[in-house]
Amino acid sequence: MTVAMPVSVEQTALSASPQQFGRWRRLPTNAKVGAILLGIFVLIAVIGPLFAPYNPSYQNPSPALSMQAPSAAHWLGTTESGQDVFSQLLVGVRLTLELAFIVGVVATALSVIVGVSAAFLGGIWDELLSLLSNVFLVIPALPLLIVLLGFLPQRGQLATILVLSLTGWPWGARLIRAQTMAIRGRDFVAASRETGEKSWRIIAFEIIPNETGLIAASFVNTVLFAIGASVALAFIGVADLNSWSLGTILYWAQSQQALQLGAWWWFAPPGVLVALMGTALVLLNTGIDELGNPRLRDSSSASRIAGHRLLPTDPTPVLMAEAPRRSRLADFLHGFSRSSLADGTYQRSSEQQAGSRRAGDGWTGGEQR
Amino acid sequence: MSFIIRRLVFYAVAGWVALTIDFFLPRAMPGNAVEAIMAKFPNLQPSAYKAIQAMLGIGHPGSIWGQYVSYVNDVFHLNFGIDVTEYPASVASLIGQTIPWTLALVGTATVIAFAVGTGLGILAAWRRGGWLDRALPGLMFLQAMPYFFLALILLELFAVTLHVFPLGQGYSQTVVPGLNWPFIVSATYHSILPACTIVITSVAGWMLQMRNVMITTIGEDYVLAGQAKGLSSRRVVFSYAARNAFLPQLQGFGLALAFVVSGALIMEIVFSYPGIGLLLLNAVSSDDYPLMQAIFLVITFAVLIANLLVDVVLVLVDPRARAREGA
Repeated sequence: MTVAMPVSVEQTALSASPQQFGRWRRLPTNAKVGAILLGIFVLIAVIGPLFAPYNPSYQNPSPALSMQAPSAAHWLGTTESGQDVFSQLLVGVRLTLELAFIVGVVATALSVIVGVSAAFLGGIWDELLSLLSNVFLVIPALPLLIVLLGFLPQRGQLATILVLSLTGWPWGARLIRAQTMAIRGRDFVAASRETGEKSWRIIAFEIIPNETGLIAASFVNTVLFAIGASVALAFIGVADLNSWSLGTILYWAQSQQALQLGAWWWFAPPGVLVALMGTALVLLNTGIDELGNPRLRDSSSASRIAGHRLLPTDPTPVLMAEAPRRSRLADFLHGFSRSSLADGTYQRSSEQQAGSRRAGDGWTGGEQR
Repeated sequence: MSFIIRRLVFYAVAGWVALTIDFFLPRAMPGNAVEAIMAKFPNLQPSAYKAIQAMLGIGHPGSIWGQYVSYVNDVFHLNFGIDVTEYPASVASLIGQTIPWTLALVGTATVIAFAVGTGLGILAAWRRGGWLDRALPGLMFLQAMPYFFLALILLELFAVTLHVFPLGQGYSQTVVPGLNWPFIVSATYHSILPACTIVITSVAGWMLQMRNVMITTIGEDYVLAGQAKGLSSRRVVFSYAARNAFLPQLQGFGLALAFVVSGALIMEIVFSYPGIGLLLLNAVSSDDYPLMQAIFLVITFAVLIANLLVDVVLVLVDPRARAREGA
């Protein structure tokens, strides 16, 4: 089920299994490795806790079992208080992934809502929503998270999910807005509008299906963010420390000085698991990127003649997005964004002020100065 | 200059949002900060309730609007109140002590990581499919690893096992802080390992970003034209392709700063480095609300200022932007 994840972003029906296999084979290697790794993690999260040999919280009073190195009875050794590290990991993977996926779903939904409505409503709404997401992008997330959670009376799983979802949406919203802008001007959207379809129908059935790749990418990114942030938050102790997630295991390992006492089996496995999870997601994401941008695709496909590598110089078709139409107020607001420098809005508006300048004068202006 | 002024207004809005969040946090949260403190110090008399309220600045008389105005006024005068845990010290002085540490360490490490990552990205894109390009997945593993975990491993390896670097702290206990030679040597020595961990974990991100933009740039016609003219590869790479790919990279630098700061906070906690991250951790673990609020504001404003600097540099290095500025 997870194996099909990168595939499902761009197709509707899978009927013949040979075709499915062909699709899978055509995926970039990165995406395949990432999907398989992630699949293993999801499997651990789903069935892992059932196979946990011990109760992860059970503190074995026997002194011989305090910080015991890995053995047949305890595959990854024990903690200071005789808890089984392996069982903690099996339970911890579930909690961490569960949190990350929920945050991914909620935050991605938020970014789709904000991004699509910004692009679709246009005008002043667009500018206000863009301003909002830019502001939240520029405010550093972790201090905000720490302070938000610090003020909450209970720092449980739900609070963490809420706070992470509220801070994880702006990046995706920006990307989705840009994509929606490009799609909005296409013929098929105009056609469906001509046939009298309602706005919500156009959004749900014409625009969003064309953005599945981007939405999948931003989901993967958000999950990555959520894993990193939740583990970091738990590690510094801003989490429910009585539940077992990879972050809390690391927190206890750190606070009980596992490192200084040489108990590598306690702190190394959770860290490696987090790193592997992150790598799986990053690989999956570069895979999705490569699907969308052929130039980034497998470098092995570059041909090599007489020791010289041939550069991929064939031009990629570029669709010029129609310049968004803005009201004067919206134009004014847009001038405050960094992108106004890139798309020339800034230049346009200053030309309007100067009144007499020709378009395209921007290049020579620098030399005259 | 007008672009910069517009950006300045944007950052002012962002700063105002942060300020407002900070103002409403203690008022909107379900918990009561005063009761939390009362619960922590059981020997406090109930009569101390009003005093704590005054100290936290939440029991203010007057409308919420009046409180807001006086709060903003306090912030502009860097008056963040009195600290709860280190009682007589003011919050501003506590933060003032830690900022130089964080700025020096994180600033240097970030600039190094950015420079090295961009350089490696250029190389990886130019030698497409070469060893550096193929090493990228490995570097991504480094990047995906939680900051603090890599730091812990390096700490274990270099400080606990090999005794090459100290076990943390900003400087050795035997030197006197100040502008003297032994102190500077000691502080530098203590900062090498933390700086390395920041560089190692963030270099891959810069590299990947630069590589991807570079690959798109290399496909452009003017690069082909440069090669066709018979220019040396070095010239084509650095003056034609990398120069243009660098602008998106620089824009990304501004946006990534927020993430870099987050990573650096964790780093300080691992190394018990006397910076603002450690102070934040202590504030959270001791429910020191005024300190938490002030630190959040200071970090946010630092990031906003850094972003503004990036914008200025962007205008300086991009001829198109300069032309528009001049127009």
